[in-house]
Amino acid sequence: MKISVSRRYRFAASHRLHNPKLSAEENQRLYGKCNNPYGHGHNYTVEVTLTGPVDPATGMIANLGELDPFVEREVIEAFDHKYLNEEVPEFQKSVPTTENLTREIFRRLRDFPAARLERVRIEETSKNSFEFAGEETRA
Amino acid sequence: MIRITRKVEFSAAHFYHNPNFSAEENRRIFGKCNNPHGHGHNYTLEVTVAGEPDPETGMVLDLKELKDILQREIVERMDHRHLNYEVPELAGKIPTCENIAALIWQLLEPKIKQGKLDKVRLYESEDLFAECTADGASSNGRGGAGGRA
Repeated sequence: MKISVSRRYRFAASHRLHNPKLSAEENQRLYGKCNNPYGHGHNYTVEVTLTGPVDPATGMIANLGELDPFVEREVIEAFDHKYLNEEVPEFQKSVPTTENLTREIFRRLRDFPAARLERVRIEETSKNSFEFAGEETRA
Repeated sequence: MIRITRKVEFSAAHFYHNPNFSAEENRRIFGKCNNPHGHGHNYTLEVTVAGEPDPETGMVLDLKELKDILQREIVERMDHRHLNYEVPELAGKIPTCENIAALIWQLLEPKIKQGKLDKVRLYESEDLFAECTADGASSNGRGGAGGRA
């Protein structure tokens, strides 16, 4: 039996889906209303899953007293109430789709020292969710 | 293979305290969960059983039977209980979401006779859950639990 613990966080941010290599028409066709030049926003929910041995002294895989401030610093402070295209360096190189956002948040959290990051899952809305578990296939 | 999932809820009290730590350490490590008067949660438990549907019934396991197992093994044991004092299987352990989920796995695994226990997900709140999954895809389930009792 394998055990994991998952914690959910929230932030609100704006973005615009636009690829400068494509023409205005192509961007409009590809991204539709997400291409609106003024941008739009979402309430994102980020679900962070950690695995590792349960410490018998604490009963925990990871202490939320350590995880919460780590996520706050690495993700929430950087993304909450921000315009992702302009204020997150990664999205000056790539389109801030939630696929790319999930990968970027995984990258920011993968060095959490107390447990292994297994998965990041993001709900962009209650209808859309995205999941990333690292590049290599995990058993 | 088909997976079927049944959800059940229970409410219970607990607090976190390790008698090997000083009062200060307990407070530092466990924060407000260390309040000796305890506090409570509405837990939501999702249990998934995997298997092939029986050709006669079309079912992996009758969900009514799974419901009865969850009622008998989990709800009657934990609902409106204080997990530190009233669940002997948790004696000597901190009743964290991880430890409760692992206990639920251990309690349910031998009771599932049709199909195989595949997943136990226990929500302590909407924003925190622990999940136990079967170790090897085709193992017989009884795998050692990563060094855990």
